[in-house]
Amino acid sequence: MSTPTTSLDSKLAGPVADARAKLDAHAYEIVQWHFHPSTGCPFWLEQAKELSFDPLKEVKNFDDLKKFPEFQDEWLRGGPVRRWVPQAFQDRPIYVFETGGTTGIPKSRIAIDDFRTDYSLFSDTLPDEYFPRGSNWLMLGPSGPRRLRLAVEHLCQHRGGICFCVDLDPRWVIKLIKKGWMEHLEAYKQHCIDQALTILSAGHDIRCMFTTPKLLESLALALEKRGSSIGQAGITGIFSGGTEFTPQWTRFAMEEFLDGVYMTPTYGNTLMGLACSKPVTPADGYKITYYAPQPRAVIEVVEFGDYSRPVGYGQTGRVKLTTLTKEFFVPGFMERDEGERELPYEKYPWDGVSGVRPFHELAEATTVGVY
Amino acid sequence: MLNLPVLRWGKPYNSLEVDQVLHFATGEPIAKVSQATGGLVERDIRQAARARDVLRAIDPDELAKRVARAGELYLNGTLALGDGTQSPAEFARAQSASTGLPEHMCKANMQKNFFVLSHMGQMLDALTRGLDLRILSRGYGVESRGIVVSYQAQSPALGLVLPSNSPGVHTLWLPVIPMQIGLVLKPGPQEPWTPYRMAAAFAEAGVPAEAISIYPGGADVGAAVVSACQRTMIFGGEATVERYKGNPRVQVHGPGFSKILLGDDVVDQWEKYLDLMVDSIYANSGRGCINCSGIWASRHTREIAAALAERIGPIEPLPPEDPQAGLAAFTVPGVAQAVWKMIEADLKDSGVEHCTERFGPRLVERERCAYLRPTIIHSRSPEAAVVRKEFMFPFATVVECPQAQMLEKIGPTLVCSAITEDPAWQQALSDATHIDRLNIGPIPTIKLDWLQPHEGNIVEFLFRARAYQLPADRVAALAPR
Repeated sequence: MSTPTTSLDSKLAGPVADARAKLDAHAYEIVQWHFHPSTGCPFWLEQAKELSFDPLKEVKNFDDLKKFPEFQDEWLRGGPVRRWVPQAFQDRPIYVFETGGTTGIPKSRIAIDDFRTDYSLFSDTLPDEYFPRGSNWLMLGPSGPRRLRLAVEHLCQHRGGICFCVDLDPRWVIKLIKKGWMEHLEAYKQHCIDQALTILSAGHDIRCMFTTPKLLESLALALEKRGSSIGQAGITGIFSGGTEFTPQWTRFAMEEFLDGVYMTPTYGNTLMGLACSKPVTPADGYKITYYAPQPRAVIEVVEFGDYSRPVGYGQTGRVKLTTLTKEFFVPGFMERDEGERELPYEKYPWDGVSGVRPFHELAEATTVGVY
Repeated sequence: MLNLPVLRWGKPYNSLEVDQVLHFATGEPIAKVSQATGGLVERDIRQAARARDVLRAIDPDELAKRVARAGELYLNGTLALGDGTQSPAEFARAQSASTGLPEHMCKANMQKNFFVLSHMGQMLDALTRGLDLRILSRGYGVESRGIVVSYQAQSPALGLVLPSNSPGVHTLWLPVIPMQIGLVLKPGPQEPWTPYRMAAAFAEAGVPAEAISIYPGGADVGAAVVSACQRTMIFGGEATVERYKGNPRVQVHGPGFSKILLGDDVVDQWEKYLDLMVDSIYANSGRGCINCSGIWASRHTREIAAALAERIGPIEPLPPEDPQAGLAAFTVPGVAQAVWKMIEADLKDSGVEHCTERFGPRLVERERCAYLRPTIIHSRSPEAAVVRKEFMFPFATVVECPQAQMLEKIGPTLVCSAITEDPAWQQALSDATHIDRLNIGPIPTIKLDWLQPHEGNIVEFLFRARAYQLPADRVAALAPR
C-alpha cells in the first residue's frame, strides 16, 4: 500500500489553478442565473429576501458561496416542487427525482437535462475497450422515482446501445431489513437476480452493466452456481455504485469473481452528477478516491465541528456537496457521509474524497440495504 | 501484537479491513483481527462438502483421539496463531482484554473446554445414545440390538454465530469435528480467541485444517453464515430467538432466564440454600445463560433478597489479573450505562425494591470500561417487568409467588433448579415444556453435567434419522461383532 501524501505535486499547480479559475467563474455565472429575476427559480428569489447579502453583487467566486447559510435538506422535502424550476425553464418538460423516503416525505429535486449531461460527461471517462460503443447494457438497480434508470438508459443510448432494465425498490428493501424479514429480503433479491439472469441468457448481446456492489456479488454467485461467470455471461465493463464501496470489497470482487472484467466504482446521488474514481489498483491498497464532476458539482471534506472549514489532506471530515448547474443550485449540502480529503491528480485537478462511509453520527440510524 | 487472518477452510486470508483489539483496562493493543464479508462466506460455503470429505477420510475414533490431543494443546500448548504464537497465559490475557472477564475466569473456562475435548468419547457416547460413530460416518449401519438404522448428515458443515459474553458456550460445538462435520465459525466480536486457539490446536493435533473456517466480521457475516449453511447454531437476544423460532435449519440459543424455585415444603429452611443461590447468581460474573436470574418462593422472599444482597451487594470490581476478581467489565462503550437505565426504569414499578442499594452505586464507570456490581431486586408480584429480565452481570430478582402459580408464571426457562420433595409438584415440573434443563433438588443452575445435552441435542440437529432397508445378507455383514 502506498504512503499517503499530503502535499500537492508542483507539476499539478498549473492545472489546479486553471480548474479553480474555471470553478470561480462558473460559481459566479450560476449564482447570477439563479438570483436574477428573469432566470432564477422562485425558491432562491424568495430566499434572497432573507439573506444578509446580495448574491448578485457579493458572490464573485466559489469561496463567496460560504456567505450562504447552511443549506437545510428539509427545503427539499415537499412541494410545491415547481418553486425550484428556474424562470427560464418554466416551459421545459420537468422531471422530479427522489431520494430517501423510507419514512416521511422524500427529498426531491427537479431535473430537465442535468441527468443526461452528467451521464454524457461520465461516458467520456469510460474506456471503449471495456464499454464497447454500440453494445447493449443491463441496468440492475433502482428505478421508480430515482434518477438512475433514466440516467443509465441515457448513458447507454449516448454510447449507441439499448438498455435492458431490472428494477429493485430500495425502500421496500429497507423496510424488510428494519422488520427483520430476512427471508423475504433474500427472496426479493433473488427475484431481481433471476430477472437479470434471464435477460443475460436471452441473446441480447449485453456487454456492459450498471449495478450495486451487493447485487453484483449476488449476480456473480448466481452465475457461478450455474457454471458460468460475469465474464462468461458476456459482460466486459461494469460501473457500480449506489451503496458504500470498500477497498476490501473491491479487492474481493477483482480477485474472486470479476476475472478481468473492468469495474469502476462511482459515488453519486440525485443532487450531484457522478463522481468518478481514480483507477483502483492493488498497489494502492484498492483505495477508492472519488472526484466530483467539477465545476458542475464540488465535493469538500470539512471539519465535523465547523462545516465552513476544510480538513487537511489525508484527514477525516464530513462530505459537503455544492451543486452548480443552471437547473439546480445547492450551496453546501451536508451529505450523510464522511471520508478523507484527497489531493488533486492529473485527470481531476481538484480535491477528492476517499474512504467514503456513512457519517459516524448518523451511521447507527442508517440502514444499508442491497441498493 | 498478533495479526489474526480470516481462515477460509484453513487458509489464512488477510483482509484490508481489520478490527483492532485493545486491552479494556489499559488500552494496550492486543491484536488486529481481519474482517470478513458476507460475500466471502457465501463463496466459500460452496466448498463445504470438502470439509466433510477430508474428515470422513479419518476414522471417527481416531478423530476423537486427535480432538483429545487438541484439548491438551489448547490447555497447555504454545500454539501458532496468525503471524505469531500464543501461550495459555497469553490466551487468558487476550480473552480477558476483549471480553472484560477476569483472567482467572478465562483460565477456568479453558478447563471446561479441555474437559469436553479430553472426554470426547464419553460425550459422543452420551449424545448419540451409544451409537457406533461409523453409522454417522457411513449414513447407515446396524445397532447393537441388530436393527438397521440410518442417520443422514443434514449439512457438510455447521455454521456458528457465536456470542461474546461467555467463553463456556464453545463446549457446544466441540463434538462436531469427530462427527465428521466441518465448522464455519463467526466469532463474537469480543471473543475471537477460543475459535482461533481451538482451530490451531485441532490443526496441530492432526485434524485437517480444510475442515474449519473462521470469519470474524459484522452482522452481514452472521447473516451470510445463517443463509449459506444448511445447519447453523446462533446465539442472541430475544429478537434473535423470535426470528429463528421454528426454523429447522437454525438452532437458536437465547437468554436463559434460569431460575431457582423453592417449594413450599422447603422454603422455611431457605437459609440452607443461600450458598447455592449465591453461586448460581454470581459464578462466572453472572454472564452465562445458566446463571440464575430469578429466585421464586411463596414466602420469606424479602428475607432471601436481603440475605443475598448482604452476601454479594458489597462486591467491588477488581483488576482483571487479580485472582479474587469476581466481576467482568463491560468493554463495549455505553452498554453498562444503558443496562442500568433499563433497570432504573423497572424499579419504578410498584412492589419492586432494589435490595443492594445500600451497598453503594451499582454502575461503576472507568476510563475505558464500566462495571455493574451485583444487583438483587425484590418483587412482590410475578407481574412486574423486572421479573422477565436478565443481564450479563450478577443480577437476580427474588419473586414472591404462590407455588401453585409458579409454573404458569415463570415463562421460558433454560435451567430450572426446583428444590422440593413434593412428588406432585416434581411431576408437574417434569411435564413443563417451557423448562429445558430440570434440576430436581439442591443443584446450582450453573452445574453442568457434560453427558447431558444442552438446549437440544446437537446430534439430532445435524443428523436426521430415517428409514433404510437392506437385504438380509448385507445386514448380517454389517452386524456388530
